[in-house]
Amino acid sequence: MATTTYADGLEKTEALPVPSKLHEWIVTVDHKRLGIMYIATSLFFFAVAGVLAALMRAQLAFPNGKVLPPEVFNRLFTVHGTTMVFLVGMPFFAGLANYLVPLMIGARDMAFPRLNAFGYWMFLFGGILLYFSYVAGEGLAGHGTAPDVGWFAYAPLTERAFSRGTSTDYWILSIIISGIGSTASAINVIATIMSMRCKGMTLARMPLFVWLMLVVSAMVVMALPPLTAAQLMLLLDRYLGAHFFDTQAGGSALLWQHFFWLFGHPEVYILMLPGFACASEIIPVFSRKPIFGRAAMIGATVAIGLLAVGVWAHHMFAVGMSSSSNIFFVASTMLVGVPTGIKIFNWLGTMYGGKLRFDTPMLFCVAFLFQFLIAGLTGVMMAAAPFDWQLTDSYFVVAHFHYVLLGGLLFTLFGAIYYWFPKATGRMLNETLGKWHFWLLVVGFHMTFDTLHFAGILGMPRRIYTYAAGRGWEGLNLLASIGVIFQAVAVACLIWNIIRSLRQGAPAGNDPWDAWTLEWATTSPPPEYNFAVEPRVRSSRPLWDLKHPEDPDWKYE
Amino acid sequence: MNSFSRVIGLWCVMTGVALGQTVHPLGNIFDPQATPAESVYHLSLLVMAVCAAIFFVVAGLLTFTIVRFRRKGNDGHEPAQVYGSNRIEVAWTVIPILIVLVLTMATARVVIALQNKSVPKDALQVTVIGHQWWWEFRYQDLGIVTANELHVPVSTTAKQSPTFLKLESADVAHSFWVPQLSGKTDLIPNRTNTMWIDPRQEGTFLGNCAEYCGMQHANMLLRVIVQSREDFEKWAGGQKTEAAYDSHILVARATFLSLSCVNCHSVSGTSASGTFGPDLSHLMSRGTLGSGVIPNTPENLRAWVKDPQVIKPGNLMPNMQLNARELDEVVSYLSSLK
Repeated sequence: MATTTYADGLEKTEALPVPSKLHEWIVTVDHKRLGIMYIATSLFFFAVAGVLAALMRAQLAFPNGKVLPPEVFNRLFTVHGTTMVFLVGMPFFAGLANYLVPLMIGARDMAFPRLNAFGYWMFLFGGILLYFSYVAGEGLAGHGTAPDVGWFAYAPLTERAFSRGTSTDYWILSIIISGIGSTASAINVIATIMSMRCKGMTLARMPLFVWLMLVVSAMVVMALPPLTAAQLMLLLDRYLGAHFFDTQAGGSALLWQHFFWLFGHPEVYILMLPGFACASEIIPVFSRKPIFGRAAMIGATVAIGLLAVGVWAHHMFAVGMSSSSNIFFVASTMLVGVPTGIKIFNWLGTMYGGKLRFDTPMLFCVAFLFQFLIAGLTGVMMAAAPFDWQLTDSYFVVAHFHYVLLGGLLFTLFGAIYYWFPKATGRMLNETLGKWHFWLLVVGFHMTFDTLHFAGILGMPRRIYTYAAGRGWEGLNLLASIGVIFQAVAVACLIWNIIRSLRQGAPAGNDPWDAWTLEWATTSPPPEYNFAVEPRVRSSRPLWDLKHPEDPDWKYE
Repeated sequence: MNSFSRVIGLWCVMTGVALGQTVHPLGNIFDPQATPAESVYHLSLLVMAVCAAIFFVVAGLLTFTIVRFRRKGNDGHEPAQVYGSNRIEVAWTVIPILIVLVLTMATARVVIALQNKSVPKDALQVTVIGHQWWWEFRYQDLGIVTANELHVPVSTTAKQSPTFLKLESADVAHSFWVPQLSGKTDLIPNRTNTMWIDPRQEGTFLGNCAEYCGMQHANMLLRVIVQSREDFEKWAGGQKTEAAYDSHILVARATFLSLSCVNCHSVSGTSASGTFGPDLSHLMSRGTLGSGVIPNTPENLRAWVKDPQVIKPGNLMPNMQLNARELDEVVSYLSSLK
């Protein structure tokens, strides 16, 4: 391919005709291209899920809302939740892991490039299948188009007696298929980290990001099988007359809940740990200090991964478990607070005594710290089972997990976009637009989700398409809906920023943030082979060693 | 439905007045009116105090760090590279473990006190059955079957009158939640759960189904009517009598019994013995229709019978396509079921 040098000094490959360009992307097995495809696709699904959420908030802005009929509303929250978890959260970080893990460990690609491509396409087709139900989910009985059973789809509502038509089947198949993709990607990440590290990159010297991705991938491999098994049992129930969850024939509704949350709670940490991974890279660089307590951070991550499989029934405090089961899950859930606390303290310790630079990636991480602190504390409140009897399935829970997933995860995700966009494209994102994006999102987020906590405290249950006036919920809901406008404008700022910066962003250079991990040692964007010469590292901050030969890290490790 | 329910806020108060009842429209979990909700409230104060303390310490340190260690101008020097401190790590591991220990033990006490409460011999026992999308209440000892409005006696310091609920479901999972009286407990098919309440204030307490149960989950509303012992006995006495048999409405009654209404609804003392829908024996003693979605007024009753799908779309009572005469007669018969 011919290359030209542009006026701004960036080298670009000569434009290929569109079909060949498309063909190149479709057949690619390059981890960087697949990473970008994962991230772009998940951002697309994120925008779709955001529109669904905005429609729901429009319906709930006023009591007795008339924007949507009940069946449409019920499909919206089902598809919104399913999309955000399976088609935004998981693939976004599959994308980041794909793009960054080989670069950070000095490898030229993932261990299994074809499996990598396979994983992406499974995820994409799983996602398409979910949305295809809107046009094809009619089924024989003419019941419903998209699935309307909620994202955790409690049995027996999902059985044929209560969910006729095929929309629930689309939901099942979509999740099984995208799950196969996630498992493939997780196995690939584990194999890559275990076998492809460059010379000198011992496990102890791996960047925290890579460590966290290793733990997340192990959790994916552990957590997805119960979900897939449950989905297959449900399919058997629906089509072959099995009675696993069919209560009318003696099946157990609780069995589904146990299976689902045995996946579902580790899933929460699967979503959250990649956010921690990004924060653990961004905060040190913008504080100009190494991460405080590296070993403790790794230990805490592994502890979270292990504890994650022992807390699932805290989603089920209201199902009438025995008091001893309840107390067990109170204790295990509270215990998760300890390693999570250690993480927050260590990020704080990293910033303490540093020279803090508040570029956009750092702004998002600082907001994440405050918001995740609150999310963690409301989590402790719900870990107290009797308190949870009041709070669960109310808007308090809705507010809590949006604090975790939006205030925690999404903020670090946006920080990661600003941080690594220059590496992937060779151009910086615009800082001014970035600040608009940040502040509008902060205002909108707090307007929506702070208020929803109070709606829950006043007895508003989740998943209701309408409510009557006079129960104290009107003002809170209106405010929450207005917040959505701010959030929408904020995301528009990001999209505009990306489009604009792809064409006219300032050239980034190899290492715009003066960072320390290996991805910044190669060009932006990196060549297909990543590194011309295999790097050799002596510490966890190889670029620090290069930049400060007088005071290298390896002396202290 | 909106023309009906737009006035619900006002109506909450009105029906309350009609029944000589105060309505507590705010289901504020921090304004408990029964022991279970109050125990939760006391536990929540402890948990929230601990959480608030942690928040102020950590957020305070974070704010201090942000303000104090902000880079002021670029002098080209990196700050001192500190890699960690084992002593500090131990401190912020051990202190949270101690906090967790305290919170777990305090929580365990409340769990045991609420869950393992034994049923006194004279306690009122009610079986609550969740249906898509209404509530069935069966008072076995009293021989009463009613729907959507749970009547219970008030507990006073002189006379404790707790009500024990057996929770079951006829179809999918539901959840019983009246925030001022107790936390929620799920109603799960093929399973019997229990909970109890001992309201100390008379009046009507509002609640909802709190587990998503399908299309009309939002309108599976719940009302607990707490009455003085005398009023409760009076209500129970009325419910125990057979449905009214008024000679003025013999024709209307015959029409009702000839229609397919009887396949789903029961009226005591008649051939109507369906069990899919709410028992109608004393329909007019209830303040609401459609599981709390509209007040039980003559106009609303007529509109509901004419086409319930307009008022609560998707509910399992179909539009029966009654002609004008049938509609008149069914409504006049139902209106006689005091």
